[in-house]
Parts: sequence; C-alpha cells; structure tokens
Amino acid sequence: MSTVIEASAIDFERQREVAAALRAFMPESSVMFEREDVQPYECDGLSAYRQIPMVVALAESEAQVQRILKVCHEKRVPVVARGAGTGLSGGALPLGNGVLLSLAKLMRILEIDTEARTARVQPGVRNLAISEAAAPYGLYYAPDPSSQIACTIGGNVAENSGGVHCLKYGLTVHNILKLRAVTIEGELLEIGSDGLDAAGYDVLAVMTGSEGMLAVITEVTVKLLPKPECAQVVMAAFDDVEKAGSAVANIIAAGIIPAGLEMMDQAATVAVEHFVHAGYPTDVAGILLCESDGTQEEVAEEVRRVEALMEHSGATLIRVSQTDSERLKFWAGRKAAFPAVGRISPDYYCMDGTIPRKRLAEVLRRIAELERKYGLRCANVFHAGDGNLHPLILYDANEPGELERTEAFGGEILELSIKVGGTITGEHGVGIEKVNHMCVQFRTAELELFHAVKRAFDEYGLLNPGKAVPTLHRCAEFGRKHVHVGQERFPDLPRF
Amino acid sequence: MSFVSFVVNAFYLNQKPVQHTVDQFAQVIRKARARKQPLRIRGGGTKDFYGGELTGDVLDTKTYSGIVEYEPTELVITARAGTPIAEIEAAMRERGQMLGFEPPHFGDSSTLGGCIAAGLSGPRRPHAGSARDLVLGVRMLDGKGSDLRFGGQVMKNVAGYDVSRLMVGSMGTLGMLLEVSMKALPIPASETTLCRENSPGEAIELMNDFAGKPLPITATCYVENRLYIRLSGAEPAVRAALGKLGGEEVRDGRAFWKQVRDHQLDFFRADQVLWRISLKSTSPPLPLPGTQLLEWNGALRWLDSDAEASVIRDAATRLGGHATLFRARNKSAGVFHPLGPALLKLHRRLKGTFDPDGILNRGRMYSEF
Ligand SMILES: Cc1cc2nc3c(=O)[nH]c(=O)nc-3n(C[C@H](O)[C@H](O)[C@H](O)COP(=O)(O)OP(=O)(O)OC[C@H]3O[C@@H](n4cnc5c(N)ncnc54)[C@H](O)[C@@H]3O)c2cc1C
Repeated sequence: MSTVIEASAIDFERQREVAAALRAFMPESSVMFEREDVQPYECDGLSAYRQIPMVVALAESEAQVQRILKVCHEKRVPVVARGAGTGLSGGALPLGNGVLLSLAKLMRILEIDTEARTARVQPGVRNLAISEAAAPYGLYYAPDPSSQIACTIGGNVAENSGGVHCLKYGLTVHNILKLRAVTIEGELLEIGSDGLDAAGYDVLAVMTGSEGMLAVITEVTVKLLPKPECAQVVMAAFDDVEKAGSAVANIIAAGIIPAGLEMMDQAATVAVEHFVHAGYPTDVAGILLCESDGTQEEVAEEVRRVEALMEHSGATLIRVSQTDSERLKFWAGRKAAFPAVGRISPDYYCMDGTIPRKRLAEVLRRIAELERKYGLRCANVFHAGDGNLHPLILYDANEPGELERTEAFGGEILELSIKVGGTITGEHGVGIEKVNHMCVQFRTAELELFHAVKRAFDEYGLLNPGKAVPTLHRCAEFGRKHVHVGQERFPDLPRF
Repeated sequence: MSFVSFVVNAFYLNQKPVQHTVDQFAQVIRKARARKQPLRIRGGGTKDFYGGELTGDVLDTKTYSGIVEYEPTELVITARAGTPIAEIEAAMRERGQMLGFEPPHFGDSSTLGGCIAAGLSGPRRPHAGSARDLVLGVRMLDGKGSDLRFGGQVMKNVAGYDVSRLMVGSMGTLGMLLEVSMKALPIPASETTLCRENSPGEAIELMNDFAGKPLPITATCYVENRLYIRLSGAEPAVRAALGKLGGEEVRDGRAFWKQVRDHQLDFFRADQVLWRISLKSTSPPLPLPGTQLLEWNGALRWLDSDAEASVIRDAATRLGGHATLFRARNKSAGVFHPLGPALLKLHRRLKGTFDPDGILNRGRMYSEF
C-alpha cells in the first residue's frame, strides 16, 4: 500500500497550456496548479496513494463541466472527477498528466418535491444534507454511509454506496431515479426518468458504481422515503462468533428483514467501547445490533421475535433500546468503529469483501490465522445482513515493512472473499486499490467486455484511466509477480 | 445441435425438454454469427406480443432449465433462464419467500429469462423493488457466443460495471441469459386489500399522500372509479393500518392482484391498443381519449386508446416519463419511446459491444438495431 504508483512528474508546458485553455472560460481562482493549491487533492480516503494533479478545476455549473470536458477531450487530457474525496479505494486519486475535476462547488439542492417524494440535487451536495433538507416534510434519503456528513451524492452514485440500512432499503442504485451526466465529449446525457423506469437500456444501473469512468454526473434525482414512525434496536452479545452468525441466519429464516443488522467482533467491540462508551459488553466474542423500524405495531412485534431468536441462538446478553437516545447510543458505537480503531493503532487498512453469510465463521477463523501469519492485528466490522465484511488491519506505516505486510494480508483477504463465493468489494469500489484483484475475480472475456463498455462511453479512455478495470497486460504482470494467484488458482469455483 | 432441434424442443411445453449445454448454445450463436443469421431468443413465448418485430430462428431457452442453488437464509436464488417462473415461485413459497417484484406471468409457460429480459414488474414494484433492483448476478452468452458472468450471489457487489442490471429489460438484444441470481424476500405474514370509491384526481392525490407516510402499503391500483390498496406485514400492523385508512375490505384480494399483474381484469382486452405510460407519480389524470388504469401510486398508467402515438408520447415526455405501445396489432409507431440523439448513439455503441453483428433479437427493441 505504499505509494504503489510511481508519482509522475508534471510537464509544465502542458500544464500551462491546459490551464490557459480552461481559464478562457473559468475564473482564475477556479483553475489551480500551484503546488500548495493542488496538494489538498493529492489523495482521497486511501491516503497511502498520493499524486499531485497537473491541474485542478473547480466547476461551478453544468455548462462549465461540459466545456472543461470538451477541452480535455480535444487535447486528450485525462480527467479524474472528485466529490468530497472520502472514497476508500483511491478512485479519486489524481493523475500527474491530468485534470482533477472537483464537483464540490456544485452543492445546491435544486428541488424537493414533497408530493412525489423526490429531491433533485447537484452532485456536490453532501449525503446527509439531503436528509436534513427533507426532514421538515417527514422524509429522508435512505442510503446512509458512515461518511454521510462529508461524502457527496455524486460520489455515492459513482461508488454505489451503501449504509447500515441498505439490507431493507437498498443501495444507491435502488434509491435514485434520474441523472444528468456529461460525457468526455461534452455531451449531456439524461438518464432515467421521473417515473420508476425509463425507455431503452438501463443506463442508470451502468452509471451507478462506475467510479467516474463513464461520464461525469452533474445532477441526481433521488427518491425520498417517509421517516418510519419509530425504531428500536436489539443489542445481543455472543461468546462465539459462530453463534452470532447463526443468529443472523435464524432471523432471516424467520422472514424478518431488519432495518439494520450489524456485527462487530471482540477487537472492534473493545476498541469502540473504550472510545464512545456505547454500553457494549467487552468480554464477549462479538455483538450484534439488530434494528427494527416501521409503525409502532410492526416494531413491537418484530422486536419481540428478534429477542426470542437471539436468545434461542445462544446470546449471553440481550438489551433492547428503551428510548431513542439509547438507540442512537447503541448505533454511535457502530458508526464510530473506523475512528475507534484509528485511535488504537497509528494506521489501519479497511477491507470491503462481501461473502455468503454462511461462510462467516470460516472466514473469521482464516483471518485470525492470517493475523498470526503476518504478525498484525485485525478488527472485524460486518454488515451482517448483507454479508459485507470490513476487516480493519492495524499497522504502523513508520515500522519498516509493516505496510507491505498489511498489503499482502489484505490481498489474501480479497482472494479469500472470492474463494468462498463472494466479491472483492461490496461498497467501496475497486479504484486503484483492488484493480489487480479484478484479474482474479473476472476472466479475460469479462474484462474485455468492461473495456468495451467503457469505450462505448469514452472512446479514448480519458475518464479516470487506470482505475476499476485492469488492462489485460496488467493482469499478466500481476499473475507473474504473484505466482500463487491468477485465474488457474480456483478453476472449479463458480465465479458468478 | 441444429436450429431445428431448438424449435422442436419448444413443443414439449409440459415436460421438461431435453437439456442442452452452454457450449451447445454458444455454438449456435457462433454459427449464426458466422452466417449473419439473426436469432430470436425465446422462453415460454408468453411475451411474443411484447416489443418490436420477431426476426430470426428461434433460440429456445427452455432447454436450459432448473434451479441451480437456493439458500433461503442467504436470501438468494439462482436459476437457469429457461426455468418456469411458476416453478421458482413454488420452490420459494415452500420456504416462505417470494420474488419481490411480483413478476407478471402473462401465461403458464413464462420463464425466468423472459421475465428478466422483458424487465416487467408487478404491483409490488414501488414498495419492494423492480426486476432490475432484485437481480444480483447473471451468466450469459453475448452475440459472439462468449460465456460471461457478472455480479454474483451476494447482496452487495460493486466490482466491475453493473452488466447484470443492464441485461434487465434489454429484450434479449444484448445477450442470451443463462442463469440469473435474484434476491429473495419473505412472504408477508398477513395481507389484506382495501377498496374505496374516488375520482381519478382524488385517487392520485391519496396514493401519493399515503406513500409519503409510514404505512405498510404494498400495492395500489385505480380502476373504474375504485382505488384498491394492499396492506402487508405483521398482523397487528396491517390491522392498525386498516383502521387508519378506512374503506371496505375486499374479499379475495389475492385474486384481484393476480388479475392486475397478468392483465386479466375486464379493463384489459386482447384486441385493444394498450399503452403503458410510466411517469411522475403525481401527474394529474392524463387528458387523453380512452380509459385508464393506474398502478404504482400513480407512476404507472395503462391507457386503452386510439389516440395518435405522437400525442400520447408527447404527453408522457411532458410529465417526465415515457410511453410504450404495449399491446397493439399495428406497431408502426414503434413500441418503445424514442431516445434522444445522445442516448441513441450510446445505445448503438452498447449494442455493438455486446452483439457486433446484430444477430440477437434484431429490431425487438428499436428498429435501429
Ligand atoms: C470514515 C469513512 C466511512 C465510510 N463509510 C462508508 C459506508 O458506510 N458505506 C460506503 O459505501 N462507503 C463508505 N465510505 C466510502 C466513501 O465515503 C464513499 O465511497 C463515498 O460515496 C465517496 O463519496 P465522495 O464524494 O467522497 O467521492 P470521492 O471520493 O471524491 O470519489 C469517489 C469516486 O467517485 C468518482 N466521482 C465523484 N464524484 C463524481 C461525479 N460527480 N461524477 C462522476 N464520478 C464522480 C471519483 O472519480 C471516484 O472514482 C466511507 C469512507 C470513510 C472515510
């Protein structure tokens, strides 16, 4: 995870030329290239990868986005779009020969239609700002990534972000209706509709999660949902993660889709409890948080059933939130899991595989073995309802060799996720970080198709090149360096 | 395997036809490509009426059938494209689960592949998600006969572009679906249907108003001056909502929603010109000649009308939506809403990516490809 990309030097002549072309229609202050001005854009949330961009452009309107992209298309300059830069896979990592296009200034909420329950917003609007603006009408925007105070809706669409409530309410792709997006040629696409579907191919789905590779999003129409009448959370502790895992299966088997269903292992629980004092027991193998929401009647009934199922599954302690402030306190712990782990270790590396839930105990056992193998600790936070596992590997970048060991550890977790029938990324995206492991998850024909889809939008490969989909050449290199991986490794696995 | 044997297999409607391998299907596609011979992908044929012209030799998917994997506690079911949708639903019902999008069948022989390729969803769609919302992964053959897998059998997956969902509603123009993995949802513990009399304007307002409140509503339909509302969930929650909403309880709600789903109400007739208009849910009653049936809180309007296609399409466009000529003898106006130039260009390029020689379901979606 060290700066794996060789930081490339800037061609100053090219820099002046591109900046001048942009300044022809943009204010001087919105086109930056002095080192101290562009330094803040050198990385996103995956800070081990850094690169100074050649030029940073702060767009203030859709029309400007169109002109910026036209200029870049003409001059064949690569472009990396950026929202808030909270991405965890290096998706917004700039290019030394490219323009970093920030959408952060496009932060207006254009319309809230309370009757139709939709909001039309610019891409730089923060996730939480949408729910705040909708709150007076009893409505909210459902996907709630833990970074929701900071991350933008444009970034959410580009990553298909999820949150702790997505088992019941879906991911970004399930909660948006319409996009305006600009192609690298500067052409405006109107994707989706004000209805629940649109004519033609589902371009909305292809754009969602496309990591800034296909077009730049300039407007998003999201669905708003009525705020549930009430919510309650059941916290249950287990002396064995296997039992916690079967509690999850039992809840689902009983026909319950909880509003949230989260698990933390002992390391995560302890770190969190010391940090925010959420009231979690610390002498347990793991805890589950299970939220019910809906009408008073629905919640009362569901909580009763969940309690019984937890008990039946062997919980050693069960607590039900009695007030809303207690409910928020239980959640505060889970939501602070990353910073809590950040407090007990100089650095941590967040993984993002999704696995079939039934393989959880096996995966956690294997991760514990890897902790011993690499001499590094790992805390596990799990969106248990949908199988999205976030192992957080603790390391110290200042200790020689730890970074490399962490990266190797992480790589083994990615391969493990694929091996048990899952995926290398559930919600953080491939970005630059996991691009090599795409070679393990997909075969040549599929990677070729991804490249062809990209070419259908972006003929010259100018939007966020080098991210998300590896070139076949890169896969060959990776296969050579990394002999024990490669696609021959698990020939018998359904790679579906 | 020859084209003929594919066609012949289509006659074994009631028994599971002899199964073919992926390789055999791939070979058929490769041969057809070499000869530039169009292929028409077909499951149960229940949606032959839907979409543009039917060209080419039939590529029968019923010979690739069966549930591959079903794990109720993982909330995932994977089945081959030729599996009858009824078979899938029966297997899921046994485990207390269902396909949340309430797929329209339009006939007994309807297959999973056909449902997904047509991308149509039933009454529960605004509440539990559409066909595309619930698709998790696909295995498919593209127009070159390459065997490809996208997505997976897990709930969350953002590795690579979302090709699985792109396949939904693409009318078989991008590839032949082989396997589809879908998210499963629990069947609600109890369900009841209410009915009340309202004017169309009132009904639209009520449906949107209710949708903005935390109520356990899972379907709405307005037909012949009556608004039908389905409530689902835990028994006490359904009872409480009944009290709040008022109206009469319908005796056989389940049969009613099945009739809505499969177009068996009197409103639907085989010889009508039927438009499907998808638009902003709060749009006022459409000032178009003919009769209308509303679903999806007002976001879906079925229109039985002889009005000019251009008049209907302009109205849909103005209201932020699109109009499909769903059922008609004369489809010269085009079945699907015309695309703007930028989107059309993108569609052509996408089609070229998946099916470079344009052999799959040519013209079934747009006459341009
Ligand atoms: C503490 C912490 C907690 C997190 N928790 C979660 C979580 O619970 N769930 C989750 O899913 N993620 C989580 N994330 C990851 C991150 O917040 C999300 O991926 C988020 O959606 C990124 O939004 P952003 O505005 O910061 O995008 P950026 O990081 O700026 O960009 C992300 C990607 O989107 C592209 N992009 C940005 N804007 C546009 C646009 N307008 N048009 C086209 N492409 C664009 C970029 O090129 C890049 O590839 C977390 C991150 C942190 C730091």
